[in-house]
Amino acid sequence: MRYMLLIYVNEAAMAAAPTDKTYEISAAYGAYTEALKKSGAWLAGDRLKPTQAATSVRMANGKTNVLDGPYADTKEQLAGFYMIEAEDADAAIAWAARCPGASTGTVEVRPIWEQTM
Amino acid sequence: MISERPDIARAAAEAAARQSYGKLVAFLAARTRDVAGAEDALADAFAAALERWPKAGVPRRPEAWLLAVARRRRVDAVRRRLTGEAARDDLRLIAEEMEARMTDEDLPDERLRLMFACAHPAIEAGVRAPLILQTILGFDAATIASAFLVSPATMGQRLVRAKNRIRETGIPFRVPERTELGERLDAVLEAIYTAFAEGWSDPAGTETRRRNLATEGIWLGRLVASLMPDEPEALGLLALMLFAEARRAARRNAAGDYVPLAEQELALWDHALIDEAETLLRRAATKGVVGRYQLEAAVQSAHTTRRLTGRTDWAAIKQLYDALSVIAGSPVVSINRAVAIAEADGAAAGLSALDELGDDKRLHDYQPYWAARAGLLARLGKTREATEAYDRAIGLERDPAVRRFLQERRAGLSRAEKD
Repeated sequence: MRYMLLIYVNEAAMAAAPTDKTYEISAAYGAYTEALKKSGAWLAGDRLKPTQAATSVRMANGKTNVLDGPYADTKEQLAGFYMIEAEDADAAIAWAARCPGASTGTVEVRPIWEQTM
Repeated sequence: MISERPDIARAAAEAAARQSYGKLVAFLAARTRDVAGAEDALADAFAAALERWPKAGVPRRPEAWLLAVARRRRVDAVRRRLTGEAARDDLRLIAEEMEARMTDEDLPDERLRLMFACAHPAIEAGVRAPLILQTILGFDAATIASAFLVSPATMGQRLVRAKNRIRETGIPFRVPERTELGERLDAVLEAIYTAFAEGWSDPAGTETRRRNLATEGIWLGRLVASLMPDEPEALGLLALMLFAEARRAARRNAAGDYVPLAEQELALWDHALIDEAETLLRRAATKGVVGRYQLEAAVQSAHTTRRLTGRTDWAAIKQLYDALSVIAGSPVVSINRAVAIAEADGAAAGLSALDELGDDKRLHDYQPYWAARAGLLARLGKTREATEAYDRAIGLERDPAVRRFLQERRAGLSRAEKD
């Protein structure tokens, strides 16, 4: 089954982290991505730019609304994602637990809604 | 009445919960095999105690009080739920229990029987430890789920299914006969060790829920060892857990960084626990039957000789792992054996022992394999391969402190390369 691992972190805290900490975290992400790939679990994944770069679009009553900023203005924001192939929910949770994001924020595990023909 | 102070009453209710929970579930469920029903009735009884004891004082015999209330609740529940033949049967059983000599004597301890039911071969192996944690210790599904890395909803379903199975398939609440005891006891011990290991693997020991799980594992180990004092493997398991627990404080330094076993400060080891474990292991050895847990405890014992001799006896550890791979071979044992070989006979010998495992697919996602491999490759000066193996280990590690430790080792490699 395919699962999304959605990584939520405190953007302000991340931006304020010292350089060596930032380096340590990005090295950990690099190793994690490699481990996913070598295990054959990796399907896709990327880091997102901070929510300052986000634009939210919504159509209401026939009018398009374009707003600066993320969908919800919360402290913890979506910062990146992985799409993985995992045997079952337990295996997906095990990968989420290894994600560096799990120790700095929260990793949400969501199964992909597979289209059945 | 012992006391009328609410805080003391609350503490008494909590102490009773801790000491008596499993005993009460075991006693209530033993005849009907309805574990879930027993738990529900008991939950009501504890709620009633928390409400009543602070006002009216703690009863002289809290256990008997809780049991009486739980039974009354269950009679009510059965009356509500069932009619006809089935209900009459259940009600008769409950009435018999009501008349049992319970009121004057102490509650018979049927926890061992309950544990054997939870670790019955008809119960899926993966749910045995969670089931014991829930029925004997009263852990809730969400807490158990976090420890075992599954979703609370999934864990809840698995526990419910297992309890239904106990009732529907008529799994007996009894300690097996001699002839089948060995194998059945292994399942009970394995479930206890699983619980302990889940708690132990909370690396920083900061997460109280997990730390509690290790403590509870030891508590269960003590319980089984006291109820079956002549079973060498029960003693061996308790010794193993105590050896590990004795080193808990030494696993992290003041800055919260990971400290490998060989570099741990001896002053931080709990020497009283180590002594207790040694005594248990010696007592187990007098029974003349060697088993997995005694061997693993003996490995731990060999590690602790460092406190007496200043060095670790790697040759002995290697021999113990040789014996372990014969009677209880597993990837974990093979990796530890390879590490012992490396220490006793050199890194090259250790690495070829690891290479022999290379085809096992389970190792692809297994952090200790890659960490061991990385360490040995580094010692052999194979920097590029060591870097790759460290990356793999870092990517598979859950604990930030261990991840940091591995990252530092990896960085050390590239520094050595530049020099």
